[in-house]
Amino acid sequence: MPLRKWLERAQALPGSPSAARVVVDVTDWLAAAGDVAAAGGQLLALWGANVPAAGDARVRAALVHESGLLVLELALPATDGLYPGLQSIYPAASRMQRAACDLSGITSDDPDQRPWLRHAAWPASEHPLCASVMGVEAAALTPDDYRFQSVEGEGVHELPVGPVHAGIIEPGHFRFSIVGEKVLRLEARLGYVHKGIERRFQELRLYEGHRLAARVSGDAAIAYSWAYCQALEGLERVQVPPRALWLRALCLELERIQNHLGDLGALGNDAGFAFGLAQFSRLKEELLRAVQLALGQRYLLDAVVPGGMAVDPGVAGIASLADCLHHIAGESLNLRNIYDEHAGVQDRFVGAGAVAPELARRLGLTGLCGRASGQEGDLRVDAPWPPYDALAPVKCVQRGGDVAARVSVRFDELQVSLQLALRVLEQMPAGAVRFAMPVPAAPAGELGIGLVEGWRGPVMLALEPDGNGGIARCHPHDPSWQNWPVLEHAILGNIVPDFPLINKSFNLSYSGQDL
Amino acid sequence: MSPLSLSTQGLEIIAAILAAPLFVGWVNQCRAWLQNRSAPSVLQPYRGIRKLFHKDAVLAERASALFRITPYMVFGAMVLAAAIIPSMGTRLPLTIAADSIALVGLLATARMFMSLAAMDVGTAFGTLGARREMMVGFLAEPALLMVIFVAALISQTTSLAAIAEHLSGQTLALYPSLAFTAVAFTLVLLAENARIPVDNPATHLELTMIHEAMLLEYSARHLALMEWAAALKLFNYVCIGIALFVPWGVATESQGPVGLLISVPVLGLKLLGAGAGLALIETVSAKLRVFRAPELMATAFLFAVLGLLVHLLLGA
Repeated sequence: MPLRKWLERAQALPGSPSAARVVVDVTDWLAAAGDVAAAGGQLLALWGANVPAAGDARVRAALVHESGLLVLELALPATDGLYPGLQSIYPAASRMQRAACDLSGITSDDPDQRPWLRHAAWPASEHPLCASVMGVEAAALTPDDYRFQSVEGEGVHELPVGPVHAGIIEPGHFRFSIVGEKVLRLEARLGYVHKGIERRFQELRLYEGHRLAARVSGDAAIAYSWAYCQALEGLERVQVPPRALWLRALCLELERIQNHLGDLGALGNDAGFAFGLAQFSRLKEELLRAVQLALGQRYLLDAVVPGGMAVDPGVAGIASLADCLHHIAGESLNLRNIYDEHAGVQDRFVGAGAVAPELARRLGLTGLCGRASGQEGDLRVDAPWPPYDALAPVKCVQRGGDVAARVSVRFDELQVSLQLALRVLEQMPAGAVRFAMPVPAAPAGELGIGLVEGWRGPVMLALEPDGNGGIARCHPHDPSWQNWPVLEHAILGNIVPDFPLINKSFNLSYSGQDL
Repeated sequence: MSPLSLSTQGLEIIAAILAAPLFVGWVNQCRAWLQNRSAPSVLQPYRGIRKLFHKDAVLAERASALFRITPYMVFGAMVLAAAIIPSMGTRLPLTIAADSIALVGLLATARMFMSLAAMDVGTAFGTLGARREMMVGFLAEPALLMVIFVAALISQTTSLAAIAEHLSGQTLALYPSLAFTAVAFTLVLLAENARIPVDNPATHLELTMIHEAMLLEYSARHLALMEWAAALKLFNYVCIGIALFVPWGVATESQGPVGLLISVPVLGLKLLGAGAGLALIETVSAKLRVFRAPELMATAFLFAVLGLLVHLLLGA
């Protein structure tokens, strides 16, 4: 059955204008997933739905197709409790299935059944998102016997790195199998910053959740809080004032600019070119100060609120922000020339950590890294939500797939976002920035979807109200889920000392996927 | 052994030990300025060393005696090296003990101890660092020897003090052969002292480290000594470069105490210039891929051989 048929069967979901849901049975589950893949779609997220009554466990998969999002929903079969895994169609499904098993107790029939987010902190029989777990149980710590794939052969070493690193970065464990300096295999183990975010959501009211959402992965605060508010406003049938939407777009682009500036500096530094770090850090700081002046916060953790925006820049704020953006646009062009013409830097960038477009497509590489490997997805263009339907940004795509391509996409997007932000500043409609939200009325069992293209890639948030103004289930999805496994392929055949540079060029979130 | 030569010897050793961290501080300051950053105090390396000496040392469980004595061995080797490098005066009683080839051996000894100590604890990073250090080292040493051979051929001696004395006597004579070897020596200096483009002394990325990876298991006084020794090594290398390529101003046999008095500020000025030059090189370069380091060392060796050929063929 072609994708069109599934879309006809699907019902539009509140929230993101492009999201729809279809409830399927076991055979349709696999068929629909396969049909979306055949039409060039990818798996975005897979999670366990809220369990209103015992024996009513359901698994959901969000699939991105060329013009939006299709959510498949499958009630777990009563016979054996296993649902068909999607790993063979979408390799990225594996870790999400393992995480859903740890948290919600729903198990797929795919071969890899190792825990993912559950380390030794709680017993395998308990699932934090099940209502029976209170969240305060103390568990006896058991030895952690996670099995890594090992590589046999003459001269093969295992090099364990992390989760405690020499610098101050987020924790992750990387197991390299190497011959000399050459990497034969890399296996990452994450989950060290599991904080129980999804469980915490269930304790919050609907109108509080946006603050926690903004903190799922702090460098994408706007993307997450916008996704949350999009889902919530859809559920409550609230129209947001146009000025607030434009302001949200402004903030989202500022977040992108700020992260790209930081990454470009850090990439220079990881290539031993500290001059780049000093210059880009300066630009980033100038931007943060201009943002603080205009919007009152350096990092916009609490700017997006249900019903609109908590901040509104005055005329002076808009002028100073526009000045700063013009200034950054000029300076970053100069810095790009320096990077491009520096033989030493280019020698490190070009060819390192290459992910060919075909491999990227098969593994579902998404977002910025995907666009550096010829995967042209960008929700702002493909499935625009207001005000991006009016803004019509340009996609920045490279096909090289190496560190140089990811740097190049960042430089391109930096310029595009700067121009976009300037246009928003110029053309932003006047008026209120926030409507009062009504008393929450969304009934239990509804599903709201927020879908926003953050700086790293598509951020999705699935929100289920409990019918009393509280949150029954909230699942935030970070694009890092898709991209972490691809990093393990990007390093193959490279040498160990190039890993930090390649890793930085992906710059994936630990917090966003450890939840 | 005259009182003057004894005091020259004593002054050189003490000055090297005390001024080495200052030189590192100066290089860091220049680097910060060149990158438009506000610079840390030039005294920052002293503060770091002082802080480390006030901490309690933590030793890995299976560390052997080798691991513990290595910081003292390395530091001692660097002090001894400082004693035979004619940084201020050429009348050094200890130069009889070791010529320039022995000096290279002394530096190699320190390296060997460091590498063994890094492997002693058995962590993956120590071994990784030791392996990379040996790779760079065994390529850099021949180039360094070649550099010294050229200067030795010109001066007809392998004693570093005598070379410096001979070369400083040639009033501003230009040796094309020495110009080639100076390039070679600069490359060796960068590689041997874990500077960019071969290694990055400021990195926190354990997978890219060479020198730092060998020090990861050290703490407190051991780490302080290792860092101090690294500063001394850089200081020594720069002083070797000064003695070979810009020796003018060094106090020689005939000048008496006045020469020594003049040589101190002259050395200071040369170090200021060398530090600024080093910072400039490090600012404009990126770090090389590890496997490009051999190419760099091969280039250094090539330049040194060119210097040798120029000397042999042209006698210049």
